[in-house]
Amino acid sequence: MDRSLHRIFCVAKNAFREAVRDRVLYNLILFMLLIVASAILLGDLTDGQQDRTIVNIGLTAMLFFGTFIAIFVGVGLVSKEIEKRTVFAVFAKPLRRTEFMVGKYLGLCMTLLVNVLIMGAGVSLALLFAGGSRLALPIWGAIYLIFFELAIITAVAILFSSFSSPSLSALLTFLVFVIGHLSSSLLDLARSLGSVAANWFFTAVYYVLPNLAHFSFRTEAANGMIPNTAMFAGATAYAVVYISILLMIAAAIFSRRNFK
Amino acid sequence: MDPIIEIEGLSKDYETGFWKKKTVRALDGLSLTVSPGQIFGFLGGNGAGKTTTIKILMGLLFPTAGSAKILGRDISDVSMHREIGYCPENPYFYDYLSAMELMTYFAGLFGIPASEQKDRSSELLRQVGLAEKDWNRQLRKFSKGMLQRVGLAQSLVNAPKVVFLDEPMSGLDPMGRREIRELIAGLRESGTTVFMSTHILSDVEALCDEVAILRSGRLAATGNLHDLLARGGERQPFEIVAAGVDAERLQEFAKASGSFVRQKANGIGLEVPSEVEIDAGIKVIRENGGRLLSVQPVKQSLEELFAAEVEKS
Repeated sequence: MDRSLHRIFCVAKNAFREAVRDRVLYNLILFMLLIVASAILLGDLTDGQQDRTIVNIGLTAMLFFGTFIAIFVGVGLVSKEIEKRTVFAVFAKPLRRTEFMVGKYLGLCMTLLVNVLIMGAGVSLALLFAGGSRLALPIWGAIYLIFFELAIITAVAILFSSFSSPSLSALLTFLVFVIGHLSSSLLDLARSLGSVAANWFFTAVYYVLPNLAHFSFRTEAANGMIPNTAMFAGATAYAVVYISILLMIAAAIFSRRNFK
Repeated sequence: MDPIIEIEGLSKDYETGFWKKKTVRALDGLSLTVSPGQIFGFLGGNGAGKTTTIKILMGLLFPTAGSAKILGRDISDVSMHREIGYCPENPYFYDYLSAMELMTYFAGLFGIPASEQKDRSSELLRQVGLAEKDWNRQLRKFSKGMLQRVGLAQSLVNAPKVVFLDEPMSGLDPMGRREIRELIAGLRESGTTVFMSTHILSDVEALCDEVAILRSGRLAATGNLHDLLARGGERQPFEIVAAGVDAERLQEFAKASGSFVRQKANGIGLEVPSEVEIDAGIKVIRENGGRLLSVQPVKQSLEELFAAEVEKS
């Protein structure tokens, strides 16, 4: 078990190093420019709502930048190794394919964590600069939830990339991201239609696809609210269980692959 | 001594095509054993199934039929990989890493303590002839030959009991080939078994104790290299080399005994069909004023053997 964790850690560390050297964290520069620009320029336009606007823009940008990384780096995490044949030497080592997949996943999660931490610090600083210090701390609850949402999106990307091409995987993951934010509304819509088939279909979608509404707390954070313990615990448990299931399915598919 | 590699009826089919799938058999019932402490040459033309075999042994491909064991353990047992090394054909590694980072990463996967990783890596990079100034350069700046050296170094990071080398001389210049040949010979001396696929037959002749030749996925020949190269059995031909004798004077004897006379740089060579004709051949040479230089069994070259086996397909 210890050895297995050590190997997973080695792979994760290398995946993190890969992301850093592939300049994934360069998105932070763009993000910072966006936050600084909103702090400076929106003051006059938002009529006393500058701090809430910074939080809204900052957290939404954090989610979209993070989703972009989770999808495009996530789908390439494993497929790039197969395409470039780096897996040949790696799998000759005492490393199980499941360990490799979990390590790669955790490596990207580490990258996303660093990304959201730096972005969160940027938003907090912008709030302090713009006189919105009352929101500088509460936004971290929303940031915590954004990180778990990104962790789910990464797991979805890895699952799709374990059996389809990178471009199709990216498209499918993006669709899951969109539907994941709408699944509750789609379920309500289906129930209002009264069709049994639609009800079955949207109920299945609701339960199979991730319900990302559990992780959405941006508007509330802009109003200075902090998620309660039940929301924190529920969202964390949901994410951990959902990610574990996705990674188990992805590992089962990946473990049966031939590397020609 | 128990074999270190045991392959039993190994077959691999690939499916090709999208709509109408066709099955192509890349490996067909291969059975083979390799004894410990030797350099085993795995030969065959392009598409003969060498790389497919090695990939199955490394767990990269799953066999359609058959089984294989390395160090007495089934190839599906990943823990067995602690004691083996593998250098793929035309190795490609993480190009954002330096050679040293790659080595320490792989050493970490073997559970080698962090305090020993750098020393072990330095020792191996030095051994494969990679200049120290290149150890911390990113691999994307490496030539094919340099990557080949890194590939060899990483395959030895765990001091394996058996190492699989797929075309280890590929991309190396003549000096590099000589260095790597010496390294491989040194591995045998230290007790490591080497399973090597290569197209470079002179390397096989210089290094290998036993060989197997694959033809269209099937085993065409296997055994001790010297036995395979000898024309074998009771009719082993011999060549008598002599100086100071006119080839024309030996023609009568050659015709009568079924021998051949050929001109050589240092005299003439009289190839007699078997051991029985040696004395008579030497006698004729001496009677014609010739001076005996050597008598040796005639062996075909590996190239001749290889070509003969490949042409059968």
